[in-house]
Amino acid sequence: MDNGEVQRIRNDFPVLNQLVNGRPLIYLDSGATSQNPLSVIEAEQEFYEQRNAAVHRGAHHLAVEATEAFEDARQTVADFVGADYSEIIWTSNATEGLNLLSYALSNAGLWAAQGRGDGRLKELALNPGDEIVVTEMEHHANLIPWQELAFRTGAALRYIPVDDDGSLRMDVARDILNGRTKVLAFTHASNVLGTINPVHELAALGREAGALVVLDACQSAPHMPLNVKELDVDFAVFSGHKMLAPTGIGVFYGKQDILDILPPFLTGGSMITTVTMERAEYLPAPQRFEAGTQRISQAVALAAAVNYLTETGLDRIHRWEAELGQRMVTGLESIPGIRVLGPAAGQDRIGLAAFDVDGVHAHDVGQFLDSRGIAVRVGHHCAQPLHRRLGLTATTRASAYLYNTTDDVDQFLDAVAGVRTYFRA
Amino acid sequence: MSLDQLYQQIILDHSKARHGSGLAGTEAPGGATTGQSHQLNPVCGDEVTLRLAVSDGKVAQIAWDGAGCSISMASASVLTDLAEGMTVAELHEVIDSFREVLRSRGKIHADPDLLGDAAAFEGVARYAARVKCAMISWVAAEDALNQAA
Repeated sequence: MDNGEVQRIRNDFPVLNQLVNGRPLIYLDSGATSQNPLSVIEAEQEFYEQRNAAVHRGAHHLAVEATEAFEDARQTVADFVGADYSEIIWTSNATEGLNLLSYALSNAGLWAAQGRGDGRLKELALNPGDEIVVTEMEHHANLIPWQELAFRTGAALRYIPVDDDGSLRMDVARDILNGRTKVLAFTHASNVLGTINPVHELAALGREAGALVVLDACQSAPHMPLNVKELDVDFAVFSGHKMLAPTGIGVFYGKQDILDILPPFLTGGSMITTVTMERAEYLPAPQRFEAGTQRISQAVALAAAVNYLTETGLDRIHRWEAELGQRMVTGLESIPGIRVLGPAAGQDRIGLAAFDVDGVHAHDVGQFLDSRGIAVRVGHHCAQPLHRRLGLTATTRASAYLYNTTDDVDQFLDAVAGVRTYFRA
Repeated sequence: MSLDQLYQQIILDHSKARHGSGLAGTEAPGGATTGQSHQLNPVCGDEVTLRLAVSDGKVAQIAWDGAGCSISMASASVLTDLAEGMTVAELHEVIDSFREVLRSRGKIHADPDLLGDAAAFEGVARYAARVKCAMISWVAAEDALNQAA
C-alpha cells in the first residue's frame, strides 16, 4: 500500500471527511473502534430494506433470505480465520466471547460433578489446585473473566510478567505453565504496547502443560492475516467494531471437538432440540451458544467488512500499518520528554504507539490533539495492571488503520511536539 | 471554543502552583475538627485525597494529595485558596454554585463575585468529558466538610 491507495480507501469512509475544531479530522483511535466503509453501512441498510426477518424459524420467504445471509456471513468469517463453519459463534463483542467461555467452563465443572454430559467434561472442569494463566499485558476483558472463574472454581490465577520493554518474560512462562495449568489466555497483540506476542511458542507451552489455549485476537484479526488452525489455539475471540464492522457483533472461535462437549452459557430459544417442563436437550455448536434472537444485520455487516479487508489484503494492510507504527515510534522518540511504551523503533510492532509525556497528563495531551482535529485515546486503555507495572496511570495512544496516511502520522507528531510547551512542562 | 478558552491562564498557573498540595507535614490546627475524603475518577485515574479542618465554624485549613490532569490539579489549588477562611455555609454555597455551572453544559455563567478564580473553569462545562476533572476535589471537599462540620 501507499498514500495514493490510502487516499482512494478514504473515499469509502464518509465519517473521515469532516472538520473537527476547524481542522480536517485525523482519526488515530482505531484501536478503540474503527470506522465503517460505505459497503458495510450499505450491507446493513440493504438487509433491513430487503431481507429483515428472524432466522432459523418461519417458512416464509424473508425468513429464508435472512437465514441465508446470516449463515453466509458465518462462512465468510470462518474462511477469514481458517476455521470451520460450525466453529464460529456470534457474540456481542470479544468481551462477551471470553465471558461465554469462562462461564461454559464453570458449567463444565457443575455438569461433571453431577455426571451430566460427556465424560470428558471432567478434564475441562476447574477445581482447587488447578491454575489459570494470563499475562500482565492483558486488556481487562481477558483478565477479569478469569479472575471470576478462579473465584467460582477455587482455581488459582497466575500471570506471565512483562519486562521493562513490555515483552513477555518467556523464561518465566516456562515455569509458570505446568501440569496444574488448565487455561492459558493471552493476547495476540498488545493494545497498549503494540507488541506481537509469540503465539506459536506460547501455544506450544500451553499444549505441553495440557491447558486450553485462548487467544485474544482483538488487535490482530483486524490488522494481519490470522489462521486459528495454523496458530493451533483452542479458542479465539475478536470484535467486529475494531475491524470496520458495526458495534454489537463479535466472534468466538472454538475447536469443534471441545465445542461439541462444552455446556452452554446462555440458554433459551434457538439453542435447543427437545424441551419438557423439566429439562432441555441442546443443539450442537454453533447454535448451542447462540441463545435468543441474534445480531443478524450486524453479522451481515461484519461479513461485508471482512470482504473489504480481504479484497484490500490483510498482509498488505499489516505491512502498511507496521510502517505507520514505526514512523510514529521513530518520531515520538525524537521528541524531548516523550517515553514510548513497548518495543523501541526498529523492533516489530503493530500500527499503534502509547506514550507518556513528561509533566503533562494524558487527558491534557488528548485535549490538545483534539483541538487540532486529531483523535487519540487517553487513559489506561483497559490495562491498569500493565500501566502500574510500567509506573504510569494514564497514557496517550495513537492507533492507525488502513485509512491512515503517513501525513496523518506526521501531523500527529507535529502536534505532540507542541504539547509540553503549551502546558509549560 | 478554542483551547485557550478551556485552558485559561489561571488554570495553567494553578496546575503548576498547586496550592494546598501535600498532606504530609501539614497538621490541622489545634482544636479543629477534620474530615478527609478520597475521590477517584476511574476513567482517567485522577485521584485526590483532601483533608479539611473546621474551627469556630470556619474552614481553618485545606490540604490535599493528588495526581491528575492540569484541570483537576488546578481546580484543587483554586479551591484551596478560595475556601480557607470561609464559613461552612459559605463553602457549601460556593461548591453548589460551582457544580451548577460545571453541569450546565455552558448554559449557566459563573458568578465571579462568588467563585473568584474558580470562575475560570466555566469553559470546562462545554467539555462533558472534563467536568469530572474539575469537580473531583470539590466533591472531596464537600464530603470532608460534611464530616468536619
